[in-house]
Amino acid sequence: MGIFIFFILAILCVGSVLGMIISKNQAHNALFLILAFASLGGLFGLLDAPFIAVVQIIIYAGAIMVLFLFVIMMVNVREGIPPEKKKWTLYLSLGLAVVLVIELIFAFKGAFSLTGGAMEKSGPTDLGRVLFTEYLYPFEITSVLIIAALVGAIVLIKRRKEEE
Amino acid sequence: MIPISYFLVLSILLFILGVAAFFIKRDLITMFMAVEVMLSAANLAFIALAKAANSIDGQIIVFFIITVAAAEATVGLAIILLVFRHKKSIKSEDIKLMKG
Repeated sequence: MGIFIFFILAILCVGSVLGMIISKNQAHNALFLILAFASLGGLFGLLDAPFIAVVQIIIYAGAIMVLFLFVIMMVNVREGIPPEKKKWTLYLSLGLAVVLVIELIFAFKGAFSLTGGAMEKSGPTDLGRVLFTEYLYPFEITSVLIIAALVGAIVLIKRRKEEE
Repeated sequence: MIPISYFLVLSILLFILGVAAFFIKRDLITMFMAVEVMLSAANLAFIALAKAANSIDGQIIVFFIITVAAAEATVGLAIILLVFRHKKSIKSEDIKLMKG
């Protein structure tokens, strides 16, 4: 049963990323990406990470993609942008992608033989306990990062007086 | 029980698709989405390996990656909007100059 769900979610995920590559419309791209992130959330659930699965769906598929859709709405480019005319960039990028696949497979070779049992502690309670004890400093630094990003985005996007 | 290697292969595939999308697409917003796909592929590898190691630390790292991705998305989209305001275009080849 688990393997059946895995293959459905994996095909959905890869298929929607391929759809994102093929489709020209930016709004469709964003919707494809929401589907990909939602199925990734399901995969996280299969890997004994229920809290991360929910966070993935709420933050990624919800909040971040709504931000993308808002920007697409504000930019509003009506006709789609056709793919690259120059052929050599396409061939170069495909060649580099193949090299990267081989490199990644070599890097992961040792990990392919790993087998995972059921995780003993993976609920939100355990996650919170580790997050607020062992990883307290990274957690606080992350909050500073978010404040910096918020202020940075507002300062960047604000119209200055002389531009008006 | 699903083998961990299946998840790792899926993660490699997603990362490569993200890289390919980044090079093939020409509008900045979709290129940015490709970066998010790559980040998610890394998340999948982290969670699969956390399960293999029977440790919760991998999930905590993913937590931080999601936060950084959210911060990156806000700043990146603000920059894209600024570029659109200056150039009236979001094609990547229209942005050739550092100062314009």
